[in-house]
Amino acid sequence: MSGTNSAISPTSTPEKREITTKPRFSDKVFRGVATVGGLSSLVILGLILIFLGYQGFQVLRSEGFGFITGSNWQVMQDNAGNTDLAASSFGIAAMLVGTLLCAALAVSIAVPISVLCALYLTFYAPQFLKKIMVAIIDLMAAFPSILFGMWGFFVLMPHVEYWAKLIHKYFGWIPLFKMEVPVFTRSPFVAGVVLAIMIIPIITSVSREIFSQTPLDRVQAAYALGATRWSMIRAVVIPYGKSGVVGGAMLGLGRAMGETVAVYTVLNLVYQINWHVLIGAGGNVASMILLKFGEAGPTETRALMAAGLVLFLLTLLVNSIANTIVSRTGGKGR
Amino acid sequence: MSNLTLKPTKPWKRTPKQQLLIAVNLLVAAAISFVIVLVTPMKGKLAYLLLFFISTIIVNFAENYFKSGIAPAKDSIATSFVTAGLIIAVVPIFSILFTIFERGRAGLNFNLFSHDMKSNGPNDPLGQGGLLHALVGSGIMVGIALLISLPIGILTAIYLTEIKGIFSRPIKFLVQAMSGVPSIVAGLFILSAVVFPITKSSSGLMGGLALSILMIPTIARTSEEVLLLIPSDLREAGVALGGTQWRTISLIVVPAAKSGLITAIILGLARVAGETAPLILVSGGGDAVNPNPFHSPMGSLPFYIWKGFTFGTTESIARSWAGIFVLLSIIFILFIAARTLSGSEEKK
Repeated sequence: MSGTNSAISPTSTPEKREITTKPRFSDKVFRGVATVGGLSSLVILGLILIFLGYQGFQVLRSEGFGFITGSNWQVMQDNAGNTDLAASSFGIAAMLVGTLLCAALAVSIAVPISVLCALYLTFYAPQFLKKIMVAIIDLMAAFPSILFGMWGFFVLMPHVEYWAKLIHKYFGWIPLFKMEVPVFTRSPFVAGVVLAIMIIPIITSVSREIFSQTPLDRVQAAYALGATRWSMIRAVVIPYGKSGVVGGAMLGLGRAMGETVAVYTVLNLVYQINWHVLIGAGGNVASMILLKFGEAGPTETRALMAAGLVLFLLTLLVNSIANTIVSRTGGKGR
Repeated sequence: MSNLTLKPTKPWKRTPKQQLLIAVNLLVAAAISFVIVLVTPMKGKLAYLLLFFISTIIVNFAENYFKSGIAPAKDSIATSFVTAGLIIAVVPIFSILFTIFERGRAGLNFNLFSHDMKSNGPNDPLGQGGLLHALVGSGIMVGIALLISLPIGILTAIYLTEIKGIFSRPIKFLVQAMSGVPSIVAGLFILSAVVFPITKSSSGLMGGLALSILMIPTIARTSEEVLLLIPSDLREAGVALGGTQWRTISLIVVPAAKSGLITAIILGLARVAGETAPLILVSGGGDAVNPNPFHSPMGSLPFYIWKGFTFGTTESIARSWAGIFVLLSIIFILFIAARTLSGSEEKK
């Protein structure tokens, strides 16, 4: 080879190329850029933490743990008209309890419905119906929250109040449903039902995905042993998908806790810890921020930032747990 | 013998007799529930539905029990329950769509798309004023959000699927965590990080920034899924031809995933188009068309709906429903586009 080449032009012999696994310069730049882009989620989450913490620090320091345990929200002004931080009190306990109450109610309504719906779609539905229903439920997940808010306020609320009256009449002896004053409007129960309808599509699609990953050989083995559809589901699908459903439920819980507008329209905010779901007085951190923001002075705005920080940390925690559970169940899938 | 044709049999299909039996069962159940409502103090639609459900279960259980034993009878109960689950999940969707159509119709007219609310209050008669300013504002803010989140989202997806560096697992985890950030927290963050220290006034740019925080995780997660579907043969072929990783990805992998990435963009747009809470906090909400995102408050479709709703008169609420009608039509079109694109991708 080299002999014929040198005969034509001895100087143009190509140099031996070095075989290397070292990335080229262009690859180094590319990897650097992609890594920076990938790390942006870390940066953004960190910045959220830093800025909300920085803005809320003053209030958090003056209130201490009282910010989470107190349920008094009062802005005091000194003689010069400035906000007096020492005399004012900011506590979001009532709002936190309300948030958890509404979200827990929503999840406990939505989970059974979603799981049954997901079972139907995976194991019962004919192919054409399955396609249509999956598309419709995915579409519902994209509905904006203000739509749920307005629909909940104008269409759903009268019905839910009627259900609340029925529950009070027949199950009033259960402490959770007890009420001294019969005020049924804009109660945590109404908010819980609206939130439940919002998170049904999320829990349904997570459960459906988990159920459809059930190992086919086990399903067929169950059928071959003469199982009915239900005994197959009980023996194979539920043990396999249980923890995935729990993860999906927690994703729904996280969404329900962070929801703002839909809750704002149907919930009556009252600064008092209230465990009775049927009474028309509840709390919600996100809605409180929206409600107070309009007329808040500088100090009160800082307190709202601190409340936002608490909400952020709470949803972050719930979502992280949920994602860990779902990804562990899904195995290689998602 | 000559005209013997073999027809494929479908043993799982219900025979007419079985179908008739199902219909008879439902009729019996309806009759039972009707009688119970008639003779007991339980009244109303709720009672009908509940009793119909219970009596369907009982009738089916009895039929299966006497015909085939306890196991199929239990199976029939489960069938009733899962069917009920589907119906309960789907009824609100149809109720919502019906409500929007019914109530939004009154406020729809051509003025909506050619006028703003500069010289009209929300309480004016429905023919006057419109939501042009809101459409323009929403378009600008969502556009800004897309400009920011598209590169970040796709780079994140490329990092997770192609580079797979040491940060892959934590980044995957953080992107999922980020998709759960409440929308109001995104608004508060922009407020505390940009509006208060720097600009001190609300504008369309701030709205776009807040929306991008909600949009990045959607785009990143969908693009990641799309890139994972690209067969690694393509990557290997690119490298075998002597391409560097940068050239392989930019000239082979990303073009192959094009329609999937467009789907990711569309889903991101649909995700943020209806976000209300952050826009109330950071974008203000002007009543006139404001094409400049850097200066003065900017209206948006969700804010227009919100304003009409909180104003609370018949006219203003009718305006809100019309606004929701427009917003949902946009989301619907985006959704159909995403479905069609990803559907055609699957067929290839």
